[in-house]
Amino acid sequence: MGSAAAGALFAGSLIVALALAYRPLGDYMHRVYTSPRHTRVERAIYRLAGISPDAEQRWGAYARAVLAFSALSILFLYGLQRLQDRLPLSLGMRPVEPALAWNTAVSFVTNTNWQAYSGESTMGHLVQTGGLAVQNFVSAAVGMAVAIALVRGFARRKAETLGNFWVDLVRGTLRVLLPIAFAAAILLVAGGAIQTFAEHGTWTTLTGGEQAFTPAAAASQEAIKDLGTNGGGVFNVNSAHPFENPTAWTNWIEIFLLTVIAFALPRTFGRMVGDDRQGYAIVAVMATIFTASLVLTNWAELSAGGTVPQAIGAAMEGRETRFGVSNSAVFASATTLTSTGAVDSFHDSYTALGGGMLIFNMLLGEVAPGGVGAGLYGMLVLAVITVFAAGLMVGRTPEYLGKRVGPREIKLASLYFLVTPVLVLTGTALAMATETGRGAMLNGGPHGFSEILYAYASASNNNGSAFAGVSVNTPFHNTTLGLCMALGRFLPIVLVLALAGSLVRQAPAPVTAGTLPTHRPQFAAMVAGVTLVLVALTYLPALALGPLAEGIR
Amino acid sequence: MNHLPGWVRRHVAALRALLVLTVVTGVVYPLAATGAAQALFHEKANGSRVQKDGKTVGSALIGQSFTDEDGNPVRKYFQSRPSAAGDGYDPTSTSASNLGPEDVVDTLPVPGAKDGEGNPDEGRRSLLTQVCARSKAVGELEGVSGARPYCTPDGVGAVLKVFPAVGAPARAVSVNQACPAVPFTATYRGVKVECAMPGEDYGAGRTVPVRGNATRPAVPADAVTASGSGLDPHISVAYARLQAPRVARERGLPLARVTALVEAHTTGRSLGFMGEPAVNVLELNLALDQS
Repeated sequence: MGSAAAGALFAGSLIVALALAYRPLGDYMHRVYTSPRHTRVERAIYRLAGISPDAEQRWGAYARAVLAFSALSILFLYGLQRLQDRLPLSLGMRPVEPALAWNTAVSFVTNTNWQAYSGESTMGHLVQTGGLAVQNFVSAAVGMAVAIALVRGFARRKAETLGNFWVDLVRGTLRVLLPIAFAAAILLVAGGAIQTFAEHGTWTTLTGGEQAFTPAAAASQEAIKDLGTNGGGVFNVNSAHPFENPTAWTNWIEIFLLTVIAFALPRTFGRMVGDDRQGYAIVAVMATIFTASLVLTNWAELSAGGTVPQAIGAAMEGRETRFGVSNSAVFASATTLTSTGAVDSFHDSYTALGGGMLIFNMLLGEVAPGGVGAGLYGMLVLAVITVFAAGLMVGRTPEYLGKRVGPREIKLASLYFLVTPVLVLTGTALAMATETGRGAMLNGGPHGFSEILYAYASASNNNGSAFAGVSVNTPFHNTTLGLCMALGRFLPIVLVLALAGSLVRQAPAPVTAGTLPTHRPQFAAMVAGVTLVLVALTYLPALALGPLAEGIR
Repeated sequence: MNHLPGWVRRHVAALRALLVLTVVTGVVYPLAATGAAQALFHEKANGSRVQKDGKTVGSALIGQSFTDEDGNPVRKYFQSRPSAAGDGYDPTSTSASNLGPEDVVDTLPVPGAKDGEGNPDEGRRSLLTQVCARSKAVGELEGVSGARPYCTPDGVGAVLKVFPAVGAPARAVSVNQACPAVPFTATYRGVKVECAMPGEDYGAGRTVPVRGNATRPAVPADAVTASGSGLDPHISVAYARLQAPRVARERGLPLARVTALVEAHTTGRSLGFMGEPAVNVLELNLALDQS
């Protein structure tokens, strides 16, 4: 079998597996978030944390709980890094520098997992498993909780409250993320991923040299970093490291993990609003964009455009032999279309158009399928904007799922959409305008600009991958990228919850002959169109200066 | 606690929730996963170590350099791919090169000049020149042609800087070939091509990579590129086949025997369609040492 055919089978089998998981996982999550019963372990957790699980929260209280939990998480993670030399299991690592510790704390709490450091030489076991991996779980659970709160805004009628954040957080962590992550971790070890709390060691190689053994709880962290669309690996080279991703089939599993929850959440949405077809419409938009991106990235990489790939004969720089070009491109697409940012190959060495496609994936706002939770709420906001645009065309008050999209709703949705472009473009402009900002580039010319654009796109969209040649461990970049990550995460969350709060109060309007049906292919196509047009209009000039200038001859 | 203001209570609750979840996901989860992994897959969980004469010589998953102290290939061993991890295959500083597809212009070292730390100026080699140089070196080692598109016969990137940047060319410099080298092409659109003077800034010129007439390279792609991790334990089947005659010669083994060992250490695609076929270099070399 040729490489292209094998690559097509690889991508095709992933799509089939995701389709098979859609109903069971979506239905399961529906039960998790709607069941009135608490398990015994959960009751114990609520008691220890002093939470009354049956108290419902209005959108303001829900948002304040999200922000309080995230603020405390940032402080805790910052402290853990600063004090790691005085705590056990540090592997002899020094305290992490303040700007880097702030950047890393924000990065993991916002589900970004941007890594300005090299894991194997900066963080000991305690920070990795007791700090970073914890945020891999809870930041993912926060994203899912916010998405569920928005769905309740559509599903409930004339209500005031959106649920209880603490219950959503704990259930998402315990009932969804933990069991899948545990099973996946064991599977990854079966493939060869390491899982040990041993000390560093060395061995003498065949030719008499010394080579270090870098121990880590790699499998347990790999599983949740993919499943929770986090992306922060224990090693600098992330999922390209053979101890994190040892074989071609573990590579398949990892791509599956990083897309499965985000693709199943539309099912949960459909069930919660009482119309499965609404879920199918949303997942259709996601799947269409996802498939198109896989095909285009593969096409760019397999055709190996550009001087160096032509000299090499294949785009193999920065790729592992066991994965090859095509499967690496699938991973790269999936990681930038979700908010994961894990990498199994190095995007900086991608062809100009392939790398440009990865930037475009992130600029889409990561909605196809997007981060766990964040993808669904991002797509629902785009659906709201779409019904508004459609309403304008036919001169009718726009409605989505029976809820009117009035001035307040459309303002919140538009503000949501505007947050990331403002952050990405301001951040990029600021970096390009200053000597320190530009100093981060490794490559020259348009490719250097792409490195900077990629960095701010990645931080603002909470992705976390990079054109990794960029040297961003400087106070300037650690601070500005940290701000992009924090604002890019929490402003949209507050806006989404405010939108949910105003939707939940409405009584649904009755369906009439004039109601725009939102479950048909026509509507799905309109949502996809609105997504692509909005993004293209916003970012085309920036893309023209970077990847397009480099890739089009 | 009820006498505290609401925002304080909220943050105390958040802290307590965080601590409890830290115990569950940061202590119980990794320890349970470690316990299960160590019990079920002990060898793999500890790094898939391989042994020679009872001593650990590496991990089946982590590539090694098969070079001598000066970095020259040890000829009786199959060679790994180039690596950007530290000085090569250093697990404490894993890295890719991160160089882009149009990184084609070198900064030539200026003879006699020192860098910031007082060492001789080494300049900077572009990704294209690295690829060309590796191709030439592998070609010489294996006795095949190292020629590739966009490479000069002396193993650097075949790249011109043309002045002025726009309009009819008046001057052309082969930027990666330091004088007194003979430029890879005598003329460019009627203009005589010069060799490059180290230290001179050619940034204002238009970059023109020249493809040349090399066709299918004899040296495979993975032999001239650094991997993503810098620890790639594998090479392609084509690169292993290219090296087999040299290894057989050095070891005085029949070629068929070495080829058979290559076959034995080739893993095909998982389930027939995942990934690419690959040869584990450490295991292959170990098998050769033990045969």
